[in-house]
Amino acid sequence: MLDYETLKIIWWVLVGALLLGFAIMDGHDMGVGTLLPFAGKTDVERRIMINTVGPHWDGNQVWFITAGGAIFAAWPLVYATAFSGFYWAMLAVLWSLFFRPVGFDYRSKIENPKWRRTWDWGLFVGGFVPPLIFGVAFGNLLQGVPFHFDNDLRSFYTGSFWELLNPFALLAGVVSSAMITSHGANYLMIRTEGDIFRRVRTASLVFGAITLAAFAAAGVWIASGIKGFAITSVVDPNALPNPMDKTVVQETGAWLKNYTLYPATMLVPGAAFAGGLLAMLAAFLKKPLTAFVGSSISMLGIIGTAGVSLFPFVMPSSTDPRSSLTVWDSVSSQFTLGLMLVATIIFLPIIIVYTSWAYKKMSGKITEAFITANDKSAY
Amino acid sequence: MISTELVDLSRLQFAVTALYHFLFVPLTLGMTFLLVIMEGAYLVTKQQVYKDMTRFWGKLFGINFALGVTTGLTMEFQFGTNWAYYSHYVGDIFGAPLAIEGLMAFFLESTFIGLFFFGWDRLTKGQHFLVTVLTAVGSNLSALWILIANGWMQDPVGAHFSYTTMRMELASFWDVIFNPTAQAKFVHTVSAGYVTASIFVLGISSWYLLKGRDIEFARRSFRIAAAFGFASALSVIVLGDESGYTVSEAQQTKLAAMEAMWHTEKAPASFNLIAMPNEKEQRNDWAIKIPYVMGIIGTRSFNKEIPGIAEIKEKNRGRIESGMLAVSAMEELRKDKNDAAAKAQFEAHKADLGFGLLLKQYTEDVTKATPDMVQKAVDSTVPRVAPMFWSFRLMVALGFGFALLLTLSLYHTVKGTFMKQRWLLRWAVYFIPMPWLAAELGWFVAEYGRQPWTVYGMLPTHLSASSLSPGSLYGSLTGFITFYTGLLVIELYLMFKFARKGPGSLGTGRYFADKAAH
Repeated sequence: MLDYETLKIIWWVLVGALLLGFAIMDGHDMGVGTLLPFAGKTDVERRIMINTVGPHWDGNQVWFITAGGAIFAAWPLVYATAFSGFYWAMLAVLWSLFFRPVGFDYRSKIENPKWRRTWDWGLFVGGFVPPLIFGVAFGNLLQGVPFHFDNDLRSFYTGSFWELLNPFALLAGVVSSAMITSHGANYLMIRTEGDIFRRVRTASLVFGAITLAAFAAAGVWIASGIKGFAITSVVDPNALPNPMDKTVVQETGAWLKNYTLYPATMLVPGAAFAGGLLAMLAAFLKKPLTAFVGSSISMLGIIGTAGVSLFPFVMPSSTDPRSSLTVWDSVSSQFTLGLMLVATIIFLPIIIVYTSWAYKKMSGKITEAFITANDKSAY
Repeated sequence: MISTELVDLSRLQFAVTALYHFLFVPLTLGMTFLLVIMEGAYLVTKQQVYKDMTRFWGKLFGINFALGVTTGLTMEFQFGTNWAYYSHYVGDIFGAPLAIEGLMAFFLESTFIGLFFFGWDRLTKGQHFLVTVLTAVGSNLSALWILIANGWMQDPVGAHFSYTTMRMELASFWDVIFNPTAQAKFVHTVSAGYVTASIFVLGISSWYLLKGRDIEFARRSFRIAAAFGFASALSVIVLGDESGYTVSEAQQTKLAAMEAMWHTEKAPASFNLIAMPNEKEQRNDWAIKIPYVMGIIGTRSFNKEIPGIAEIKEKNRGRIESGMLAVSAMEELRKDKNDAAAKAQFEAHKADLGFGLLLKQYTEDVTKATPDMVQKAVDSTVPRVAPMFWSFRLMVALGFGFALLLTLSLYHTVKGTFMKQRWLLRWAVYFIPMPWLAAELGWFVAEYGRQPWTVYGMLPTHLSASSLSPGSLYGSLTGFITFYTGLLVIELYLMFKFARKGPGSLGTGRYFADKAAH
C-alpha cells in the first residue's frame, strides 16, 4: 500500500483532476447556457444550441456530483466546512442548477413562445451562476475564509454571504465566468454553422481575452496585495490528520513561494496563457476543435494555478489561521484514500471511454433541418 | 450547545428534500427495466409498436427523470451544507459509497440516458438496446450504493471511532457493502420501484382501454406491466419481510416501535394487527392480536424473544451510564493523548460512546448530567410509537393492495379477458398514485424510526447538524419548498398532458392523438 503522504498528494491531484473534468465537460454546456439568450436570436437557433449538448449535459453534470462525492470521501473536513460555511453560495449554485434538467427537458415540449423564452433564461441562470460562484469561492479561498474549529472539530463560519462578494473574489468570478463562456463558445463553434457560428466565434475571442486579462490582473494582485498563508510548525505529512496541531502565519507573497521552491510549477500559469492564446488564435482561424483544446489547456492552467498557489492549503482560515485546512490534515484515513484511489483508477478510464463513444456517435453539426425533422423528439 | 430549533429545522429540510427526491426515484428505477423489456420485444419481434412503446413510455419517464436529477443534486451536497458535523464524523466511511456511486453508476446512467433519447437514428438496434440496458443497470447500481450508505447509518458495521481524529474511520469496506441491513434495503427499495413503474404503466394503459383508444398499444403495455409488476410485488413483500427479520439492535428498536410492543412477551410473540398505542401510559389502549406471528416473523424461531420498548430502554440506561464515562475519558484524551487512566477508561466504555453523547443535548459536561437528564435521554432512545405504527401499517396494506391488483391483472392477462374487466381497469387507474404514498411512508418508517440517531448508536442527530443560524434554515427551507413545489406542479402538468395525449405525442401519425389533430 502507498504511504499516507503519497496518498494525500495523489488525492490533491485527483480532486484537481475532477474539478478540471467538471470545467471541461460541464463547463462547455454551462457556456452554451450562458450564451443561449444572446447568440440564439430565434427559437430554432436556440434549439440548435440546446441540442448540441442535448444528449450530453446530464452525463457532464455527473462530474460535478462526483467531484462533490470525492471531496466528501477524500477530504471530509473540507466538504463539511466549505459547504456549510459557504451555505448561501452553495444554495445559489444548487438552485440555479435546478433550472438545467427541467429547462433542457421541458422547454421544447410546449410550443408557447413565452414558455420557451422563460426556460431559455432558466438555462442561462443554470449556466452563468454556478461558474461565477465557483470563481468567487476560489477568490475567497485565496484570501482565507473566516472560520474556526472547536475542540471537537466542529466548524463555525463567522462571516456573512455578502462578505464573499469582495473585489478580489469578484475578479476571480470574472476569470471563471469568462473562461467557461469562451470554452462554451468554442464547443458551439464545433457543432454549429452560419449565424450562430459567427456570433459564438466573436464571443470566444472576446471572453478569451477577458479571461487572460482578468487572470493576469489577479496574479498581480496576489503578488502585491493579498496575504497568503504559510505553516510555521514542523509538518509530518504521514501524521494522522488533525488541523489543530499546527501553527500558521499570514504574509504577503506567501502564495508565490511554491513557484520559487519548485520553478517547474511556473509551467502551470504558463499553460493558462499559452492555452488561452492558442484558443483565440484557433478561433480566429476558424479551427474550432483546436480552440476547444486550447481553452481546455487554459482551464487546466487556471485551476492548477489556484491549486499550486494554495498548496498545501485547501481552505485557509483568516480568523483562526491554525484551523486552516491543508492537504495534510483535512483528509480521510489512509485506508479510505487507498480504497477510493483503486475505485478511481478502475472507473475513470471506463467513464472516459464511454463518454467519448457517446460524443462520437452524436457528433456533427446541428442544423435547422435536424430540428425540423425531429420537432417532437429533439429538445 | 446546538439549538433544538436549528436541529429540528435541519431535519425538516432534509425530510422535505429527501421525500421530494423520492417522488421521482422509484419510477426511474422500475421504468428503465420496463423500457428494456419493451425494447427487447422490439429487437426480437421487429414490430414497430414495441419501438413506439419504448419511445412513448420513455418520454413520460424523461419528464419524471428531469426532476429526479434536479432534486438529486441537493442530496449530494446537503450533508455538507446542513450536516457538517455528521460529514466530518463519518465522511471517512459514508463518503466512499457516495463517491463510488458517482463513478460506477451515475456516470453510466446519465451518459447513456442521453443516447437513449437522442441515439435512435445514430445507433444500430443492438447498440441502442445496449444503451437502454446500461441506463437501467446504472440507475439500479446507483440505488445500491446509496442504500449501502443509508444501510450503514441504520447499522454501522465495519468502522471504529478514533479520538485522535475525532471521527469514525473505515475498518472493513467489505462489511459495509455486505451489511445485511443494506442488502435487505436495496432489494426492497428497487422492487418497490419496479412496482411503482408497473402500476404507472398499468394504470395509464387501463385509461386508454377504458376510453377505447390506442387499443393495440395499451393492450401490450398492460400485459408487460402486469407480468413485471406481479413478480416485483411478490418480491417487495417477501424482501420487506426479510428486512423485518434482522438481528441488529437498531432494527430491534425500530421493530418494537412500529409494532407497538411495549413489553417483551413470552416467545413466540403475538402480532398486533391493529392497536391504539398510548404513548403517555406506554401501553396499547386496545389491540387485535394474532398469536405467535410476530415472534415467527421477527426471529424465524419459536423460542427467541423480541425485546419490548420498556426492556430496550432499560438496557439503554445502562449504556448511557457507561457512555458518560466514555465521553469524559475521550475529552481527557483530547487534552492529553498520553493520559493512561483516561485511555483505560475509554477502552472499557468506548462501545457506549454514542449513548453518552445523547446527554450532550442537555448538558455540555456529561459527567454532571442529573438523573432527570439521564431519564430524558433514556426515553429519547425509542422513537414515538403512533407515527411508526400507523405509517408502517398503511404501507403494508398498500403493498398487499398492489399485490392483489397485479395478481388479478396477470390472471386476466393470461386468460385474455382483462379488456372486459372494466372494474379492474378502473382500479388500476385510481391506484396510480398509491406506490408513491407507500414509498414515502416506507422512508418515514426507516428514518424517523432511527431517531434519535443519524448513525445508530454512534452519533446522535442533535450533534450532527451544521452550526448555522435558524434564520438561514427558515430561508433555505422556504426556498426549497417553493422551488420543488413549483417544479412539481410543472412536472405534473406535463405528465398529465402527455399521458392524455398518449402515443400520438410521438407525431408518428399512427395513433389516436395524431388522427384527432387532423
